[in-house]
Amino acid sequence: MVKQPIITVKNLVKNYGDFKAVKGISFEVYEGEIFGLLGPNGAGKTTTLEIIETLRDKTSGEITVDGFNIETDAANIKKRIGVQLQAAGYYPNLNLTELINLFCGLYGIERSPIEMLEKVALTDKAKSKYKELSGGQKQRFSIATTLINNPRIVFLDEPTTGLDPQARRNLWDLIRDIRDQGTTVVITTHYMDEAEVLCDRVAFVDGGNIIGVDTPDNFIDKLVESGFERKKEVKLANLEDVFINMTGKEWREE
Amino acid sequence: MTDKPYSNLHATLAIAKASFRSIVRSPSSVVFTLLFPLIFILVFGFISGGSVISVDVGVAKTNDTINPVYQALKKVSVVRLIHNQTPEQMRANLQKGSIDAIMNIQKNTKPPYFTVNIQSSKASGDKISILKSALNNIFFQINSHVPDAPPPVAVIKEDAIQGREYKTIDFILPGQLGFALLSTGVFGTAFVFLSLRITLVIKRFFATPVKRYSIVIGEALARISFALIGALFIITIGRFAFGFTLVHGFVTVINMLILSFIGVVVFMGFGFTVSGIAKNESSVPPIANMITLPQFLLSGTFFSINVFPAWLQPISRALPLTYLNDAMRKVAFEGASLMDVSHQILIMCLWGVGIYFVAVKTFKWE
Repeated sequence: MVKQPIITVKNLVKNYGDFKAVKGISFEVYEGEIFGLLGPNGAGKTTTLEIIETLRDKTSGEITVDGFNIETDAANIKKRIGVQLQAAGYYPNLNLTELINLFCGLYGIERSPIEMLEKVALTDKAKSKYKELSGGQKQRFSIATTLINNPRIVFLDEPTTGLDPQARRNLWDLIRDIRDQGTTVVITTHYMDEAEVLCDRVAFVDGGNIIGVDTPDNFIDKLVESGFERKKEVKLANLEDVFINMTGKEWREE
Repeated sequence: MTDKPYSNLHATLAIAKASFRSIVRSPSSVVFTLLFPLIFILVFGFISGGSVISVDVGVAKTNDTINPVYQALKKVSVVRLIHNQTPEQMRANLQKGSIDAIMNIQKNTKPPYFTVNIQSSKASGDKISILKSALNNIFFQINSHVPDAPPPVAVIKEDAIQGREYKTIDFILPGQLGFALLSTGVFGTAFVFLSLRITLVIKRFFATPVKRYSIVIGEALARISFALIGALFIITIGRFAFGFTLVHGFVTVINMLILSFIGVVVFMGFGFTVSGIAKNESSVPPIANMITLPQFLLSGTFFSINVFPAWLQPISRALPLTYLNDAMRKVAFEGASLMDVSHQILIMCLWGVGIYFVAVKTFKWE
């Protein structure tokens, strides 16, 4: 099966004054995959993501999203994507149902709030305010708002940062579900274990450059072929496995 | 998903609805728009319920009480005669200014037949002239009844026409209404836009197809609706609880709401500007107070700007709230039409043009 690119980025450059945040990167995201942008803080992940999301102007380069050029067709792109921002808040004093209704209005479509909350297992919080939710619930609600317009692509910027292992694993399941429904997912993270189990392909970003794009397995195989060995003997489980095993897999409501 | 064409109106209304709900649930906006004005109206409504001025006169024990001067003075409503204090108490109270004069009328055997001894102090102020003028009036009448009195050179002919009673509420309510509009316009708008910007709510909105103007208009619609409902509420309470004068009834209310609309739109311009200047939420109150406090004090909210010293009056006459208050009072009490207050409206609109020019320059989206 030939993979169809849904996002194409060519020679993207972004300068903030003298500071070069993104230095001419190119990559493609294929339809129906979970694509990870990995790298340390300040590598240019969020900047790149926000330019693709039409929230930020680029300095130069070419980007197409689902066949639309970001320069000429930003409005069409906005209708086709769902965006979760790092650390974004929601309209104050409204409950989750009212927030979903607000977003329905912003997208100009009608969806049942309960149906949306069901997708992220938050129906029992329908009358709660956003600020009353736990960290994991907040991220799940954010993801629900990205799905309102039945997007072709959703962008998730560090959705698991600050979550406990149960909430993190729960979110992985949710993200896989979204992919399995046919939506392409672009995600940023700085947890490599997360990228390894969740992403179909990953790009490493460092200092405004992309230094490699491949599947996690291929990256690992290549490294091993080159003669790399872990210093410590690899055990069959890690400490997180122990933690999950001892505390149970189901996540808790904080 | 149905493929309807995208409706900016729909999006604008969705924001207006969300914003209105948020405002109604926010304690600070309810307190500023409804509770504060009502408390002030209540306080001022009760303070000045009685007569405007009274002169308190202590009557000495040696005072002759059956003479005609005393009897006539008893009927003068602004003079309050006090008998139940000892001479020592009277002296002390006179010094403090809690009574304005001590009076002792003495009967003489030859003309003049009565001497009115009045003791006053510096603390009495203008009250003493009121007492003197009341006494002179009485003397004139008594003197003219004496046989062989010369014919009067001039007489007063009184001809009272039916007039409206200008009550305290008629002055206080428009001022409080104006101030409520100012605070909700400046504080409300500034806080909302700043917090939406800081918490990235606006950025998240930008990731949807919504237009920028929809966000501004939606927010403005909600704020204006809330301000006008608040205004209507204050007018209603004023009318039924305190007898606030609405000369043309319902038409006057509509005119007041139109003025409120103009006022809140102008004041929101200040709010947009403050939200652009302020770096964080704690810098909103100082900046917003710089705009609202001078107007609160100098725009005739509590007392007419005519009582201010001459050098201060030009400042008062430069502030937009002065013109809103002025127009409100003319419309409500004098029954002026909006055409009659077009001068005031024009000046508010000039402020509006100026402040929105500044707001466009300073406003920040992210």
